[in-house]
Amino acid sequence: MNQRDPVIEIEVPAGTPMAPPATGTQKRSPGPWYLWVAAACIVGVVAVPLVALGIRALEASDAAWETLLSWRTVRLLVRTLLFTALVTASSVVIGVGGAWLLARTDIALRRVWGVAFALPLVIPSYVIALVLISATGPRGLLADATGIAVPHLIGLPGAWLALTLSTYPYVFLVTAAAMARLDPALEEAARGLGASPTRVFRTLVMPQLRPAIGAGALLAALYTLSDFGAVSLMRYDVFTRVIYAQYAGRLDRSPAIVLSIVLIVAALVVIWAEQRTRGSGAFFSRKPARPPAPYRLSAWQRATGIGFLGIVVSIGVLLPIGVLAAWLVRGIGLGVDVGIPWQAIAGSVTGASLAAIVAVAAAIPIVVLAVRFTSRASSLLERVVYVIFSLPHITVAIAVLAFTVRYARPVYQSLLVLVLVYAAMFLAQATGPAKASLLQIDPALDDASRGLGKGHAATLARITIPLMSKGLLAGGLLVFVTTLKELPATLLLRPSGFTTLSIRIWSSADELLYTQASAAALILIAVSVIPVYYLSIKPKDVVGS
Amino acid sequence: MTTAISASDLRVTFDGDPALAGFSLDVPTGSLTAVVGPSGCGKTTALRAIAGFQDIETGSISIRDRIVASNGVSVPPERRGVGMVFQEFALFPHISVAENVGYGVRGADRVDRVQQTLALVGLDDHRHRFPHELSGGEQQRVALARALAPGADVVLLDEPFSSLDAPQRERMRRELKRIIRSAGVTAVLVTHDQAEALAIADKIAIMRDGHVVQSGTPVEVYGRPVSPWVARFLGDAMILDGTVVDGAISTSLGSIDTALVEGTLAQVMVRPEWVRPHRSENGIGHVVDREFYGHDQRVEIQLDDGTSVDALLPGMVEVEVGTRVDIDVDDAIVYHAAPAPTDA
Repeated sequence: MNQRDPVIEIEVPAGTPMAPPATGTQKRSPGPWYLWVAAACIVGVVAVPLVALGIRALEASDAAWETLLSWRTVRLLVRTLLFTALVTASSVVIGVGGAWLLARTDIALRRVWGVAFALPLVIPSYVIALVLISATGPRGLLADATGIAVPHLIGLPGAWLALTLSTYPYVFLVTAAAMARLDPALEEAARGLGASPTRVFRTLVMPQLRPAIGAGALLAALYTLSDFGAVSLMRYDVFTRVIYAQYAGRLDRSPAIVLSIVLIVAALVVIWAEQRTRGSGAFFSRKPARPPAPYRLSAWQRATGIGFLGIVVSIGVLLPIGVLAAWLVRGIGLGVDVGIPWQAIAGSVTGASLAAIVAVAAAIPIVVLAVRFTSRASSLLERVVYVIFSLPHITVAIAVLAFTVRYARPVYQSLLVLVLVYAAMFLAQATGPAKASLLQIDPALDDASRGLGKGHAATLARITIPLMSKGLLAGGLLVFVTTLKELPATLLLRPSGFTTLSIRIWSSADELLYTQASAAALILIAVSVIPVYYLSIKPKDVVGS
Repeated sequence: MTTAISASDLRVTFDGDPALAGFSLDVPTGSLTAVVGPSGCGKTTALRAIAGFQDIETGSISIRDRIVASNGVSVPPERRGVGMVFQEFALFPHISVAENVGYGVRGADRVDRVQQTLALVGLDDHRHRFPHELSGGEQQRVALARALAPGADVVLLDEPFSSLDAPQRERMRRELKRIIRSAGVTAVLVTHDQAEALAIADKIAIMRDGHVVQSGTPVEVYGRPVSPWVARFLGDAMILDGTVVDGAISTSLGSIDTALVEGTLAQVMVRPEWVRPHRSENGIGHVVDREFYGHDQRVEIQLDDGTSVDALLPGMVEVEVGTRVDIDVDDAIVYHAAPAPTDA
């Protein structure tokens, strides 16, 4: 080799020792203390009444335990569960059928049908019940209008129909979203491998949809289990109605408390059952490259599909609004003094707005801890919120009454307690969108803020919360709409002199004052429609993208 | 020379896998130091540990001779006085450019300070824009201005050019150097692009498997890499095997005198620009291919023993395929395994 410069010789140590063997895991910050203090207060407010309910049940009178162990209670429990199963089944059939028609076929006017099909969501179940009762029967509105006697819907058939109409939109919305996410490439690959359409549906489509259908069915079942207004108006005895009767009509309240606990257990059993059937397979969900090709309907299938959608929308949307309007017009024609129920409107809007604000404020620490400082404790926090959401409102209300009457007398039946109860029951609706929006915020923004000399609190106030605002707004609106419709907790916990639209509808209907009830119901629907419309055009704010 | 940042023997593990293992680095005050290494070598973790976003398990970090992390003590990032520029810039999307830059600035002269810093990065007329209205290069400059505005004299940059396209990248590289020089700050930059590191830095630290394997000026690390791996990581390198026989290492390119013990196995590293072929009928190989780049050209020479050697020559030198050549080598580096010669 012909070289000019001296050569450098470098010794490379053989087998350069690497780091000592790895021990221990990465330490994670648990999160700032004040978020934990806030979260502890929230969980305290949410969970303490339930603990109090348990204590009350332990000291319940002998009569209460006799009630619990009587055949009547067992029969009531069986009937409640069967009724829940019945409503859930019909909701799943209607919801999944509608989702398939509107998400996967070439049926005309899919957008319009989609909105109309989801619309019963804004109509409270007791309003649908009221409409069905007043419209049917030999002296109902339908008979008056057409001259044909429609059988009176009351009892089981009426309650079944009212609750099916109120709950199928949950199944529909969740399932339609899952259907739109199905990756057509999977189905095509299976077809290419020689699988028949039935086999593709059974082995690929169903397993992918099952979690969504299960989630929708769970919502429907929990709603049915905790519904009070529709079953009461329909005079159909299930747990909630009996609990209310026991509570309102007796001096000894412990039977109601004991029955409440049975209802909570039933709700937990439903949640457990849904988790058991969820299956262990996980599908990697990614955004499909293209939307699935719509299924081409034959003329006959198209007619059936349109008939199906038409019937559901007629009974679930057109009938209620038509009947309410007809009652109102007829009442005014007869000279009934309707008057705008200003007091009830003010009560509804005040209660629902305060509940939304409190729920959004409470959602922030919970979501920040769960997303940014994930730990076993912060996940548990999030789960408690969901458990409370699934509890029947009437049992929560009774728990709170039992708690305040004994330990917090000054706030017994105050607006403060009512708002806190609303916020606690619907907190999950605020944490859901808030979490979706926080997950989309690059954690590097938090780091950037801290690197610029701002602590956790300043970063939260100036960066995180402003960027979460859309999710917080969406969550607040959901809480607002749900609170507007709430009946049993309002009925039991409202301060004297405080009234809402839901109370007005319920009490007017009870006294057969259909004109007043229909005016209040139409106002309630109108107030709900604006936030629901906003949410429906901004689905990303609710569920993330 | 004083030291702005001193990290010694840092260790960080993620779920039991070491991300940093024995990481040590001294950053001279006023320097622009580049930490370079392949992806997954732990360079970003090292930067985050210095900034305070990543807790360390062992080791210590001091900034301006003040210990900020050691023995479980950790000064939070907001009190370390270090500016950071993030890979995707992490500009706050909901506030304007001026508010972004002023975010970390306190005191009465806040407005002036924002104005000065924006002027420094050449964006004084963009103050009221929002981040999404800016090009990649402009976002980069806002991110830099935001890190500099609070008056930090140490700035950390994580892959600052990775989200820019090629022409922007070269322009921003010079721009960044100019801004950092005129702000008079110490900068540490992390990159996976060795050419970028060589071009921009005063000091380079090469990382592999969680620790620094070599550091020095760009000329030192490029010209005197401590191992064949570093040599290959920093640029083109040919590694020729040889054995010490009769006081010399014999390779395909010829033999090198050495004091190494007889029989020692050695590897000789030669960079293409150190290879100088010249026309000779008695040469040891012939030109088989030529890639002309304009400013220079790569000539592939097949030696008579079958070995292929690349030479990097100035563009305008005439070379014809098929020419027989002899080869001079300007420089070569010999790597050999322990034990070292006893008489050296």
